[in-house]
Amino acid sequence: MGRVMGLTGNEAIAYAVKQCNVDVVAAYPITPQTIMVEVISEYVYNGEMDAEFVCVESEHSALSACIGASLTGARVFTATASQGLALMHEMLYIASGLRCPIVMGVANRALSAPLNIHGDHSDMMGSRDCGWIQIYAENSQEAYDWVIQAFKIAEDHRVLLPVSVNIDGFILSHSMERVEVLEDWEVSKFLPPRKPLITIDPTKPITVGALCLPDYYFEMKFQQIQALKESFKVISEVNAEYETLAERKYGFLETYAMDDAEAAIICLGSTAGTAKAVAADLRSKGKKVGVIKPWVYRPFPEEELVKALGDVKALAVLDKACSFGAPFNALCSDVITTLYRYGKDLNVFNCLHGLGGRDITPSDLKIIFDEALEVAKTGKKGYVKYIGVRE
Amino acid sequence: MVRLQDLPTEELFTSGHRLCAGCGAGTIMRMTMKALRGPTVVVNATGCVEVASTIYPYTSWKVSWVHIAFENTAAVASGIEAAYKVLRRKGLWNKDVDVIAIAGDGGTFDIGIQALSGALERGHDFLYICYDNEAYMNTGIQRSGATPHGAATTTSPAGRKIPGKPEFKKDLIGICVAHGIEYAATASPAYWNDYITKVRKALEVNGPAVIHVLAPCPVGMRFDPSKSIEFARLAVQTRYWPVYEVERGKYKLNIKVPQPKPLLEFLKMQGRFTHLFQPEAQRELGELQRWVDENWRRITALCGETT
Repeated sequence: MGRVMGLTGNEAIAYAVKQCNVDVVAAYPITPQTIMVEVISEYVYNGEMDAEFVCVESEHSALSACIGASLTGARVFTATASQGLALMHEMLYIASGLRCPIVMGVANRALSAPLNIHGDHSDMMGSRDCGWIQIYAENSQEAYDWVIQAFKIAEDHRVLLPVSVNIDGFILSHSMERVEVLEDWEVSKFLPPRKPLITIDPTKPITVGALCLPDYYFEMKFQQIQALKESFKVISEVNAEYETLAERKYGFLETYAMDDAEAAIICLGSTAGTAKAVAADLRSKGKKVGVIKPWVYRPFPEEELVKALGDVKALAVLDKACSFGAPFNALCSDVITTLYRYGKDLNVFNCLHGLGGRDITPSDLKIIFDEALEVAKTGKKGYVKYIGVRE
Repeated sequence: MVRLQDLPTEELFTSGHRLCAGCGAGTIMRMTMKALRGPTVVVNATGCVEVASTIYPYTSWKVSWVHIAFENTAAVASGIEAAYKVLRRKGLWNKDVDVIAIAGDGGTFDIGIQALSGALERGHDFLYICYDNEAYMNTGIQRSGATPHGAATTTSPAGRKIPGKPEFKKDLIGICVAHGIEYAATASPAYWNDYITKVRKALEVNGPAVIHVLAPCPVGMRFDPSKSIEFARLAVQTRYWPVYEVERGKYKLNIKVPQPKPLLEFLKMQGRFTHLFQPEAQRELGELQRWVDENWRRITALCGETT
């Protein structure tokens, strides 16, 4: 067992960043991510971390500076949330388009209006097509572990894509939990200094970010599509190597009590923790329910999801961000698309929950599990429920 | 001052780019590259120079060149400068690197002013060059914060009610100097020696430096493409474009204009001001003249000149 520390999600990510020997951090403070950058600033200002902390004047400049820094071959980190991620939106696509292996911590938070500082997934889901690898952590431990793995995945020459590690705002960002950490030398061994494929080394001049007209643009984008596909292999390899080091097993998704489950909940992030506890309680009462928690949301792990489903009859897909005007919210759309592609006809319904940080309680989840068990029998499907809203 | 014979013959901004005939910005890029002192990374904002010099798979640049977006040139330069600093500290890099950010007036006066201000405040060691063609020429001549009063653009047309841009040009150097930076200067490509000297001087500065250079645009300002340098000289000789520098807060007028040529001569060569010569636009013409006079008076006073 590794050394144990009490860390909030923000602190766990900052601690991992320090151990990853990051060269440049460019970031702008925003609730609930602030502590992430405050702790990193302390590390740098106290000489515990040899990095340049570029305290920029906006999130747009944060990611812009990160892209510039990444092009030199440096290892680069940034962090944001909510409006900050929205302000970065333009740069998200450029970071992935220029194949910059930047890692970003996101303390997920609702988007205005109305203004709200609490956790939901509107921010990252609003940018889900930006070409980044997107990971959702359930707790501080996972946030810590994924940041270390994220650099290794991002910087692999078969991938060279940015990675976001998402933690639920406040629920994870501000809750102190028990975290087993690796020793610095262990992280350094797992994650040696970045070996860039190509840089802007001015002694070997290159042009980066040229204008690509219709004759070349599509091919550039196709290479990104291929890199994301390629990342499946790399993520698996990195997970396996990390397991031998940390004795903690990661993959594209986690399953809980799915072996003979008749009904299941699929959800991202911290909601899965409560869902697992409720599932355990229902299991003790003889109800066959399970939980599937994707860690990796992009690229979407279709094959692993289908495998995880087993003989489940009904699925409740929990989304924490609204896709306004869409038939289903984002995660549910991806799940249903996967089922279609694999010829699986399950009874699926979509639960929109937790917007603006509204709690999802064990009793809410019990009702959802019961409904899923009911749907497994009745075959009712394809509807969207709004959990805990005053309609 | 530099000597012509000392300038490198090697062209680091090469021909084959697709800038318009007579484009001042192309000349400015070429001259900028003549002033380099070693390994250099150029960060270029979206704009005329960017789109015309790097149409994939071609490039006119023989230095490392990066384009990220429109409004963030100074921020990207910040990241590059910070990265080379830390890589050097860690023994992963062993050379001085000059970082030059290049943006047009739209990318500087308007959409990029926040990123520029942030980078100047943080004190990154880089040179920022604004090539000012006084409108969004690349997208089809829309007005910017750098467009002079009265000029007709596609978003400040010479209308029956409003004859060209009602507002006046923003004081970019004043804004930059207010950040307490060590070096800021204006320049005109007609005075190549002054410009190249300033680029080199700005590169020598430890910290941020800004150069604001007039970029004649025959298409957007509407003048004969063979007269770009004449335009750039006349802008200075009519006192429209004072050429000065500010070192550690101290202003110095680099090109004295004791006997200015009439402003009208400069305006008349440009299609964007044609409407000001209609009788009903007399007031606008007068206001532009007053702005030029007042700007000259203000700058020369700062320079301690009596004219």
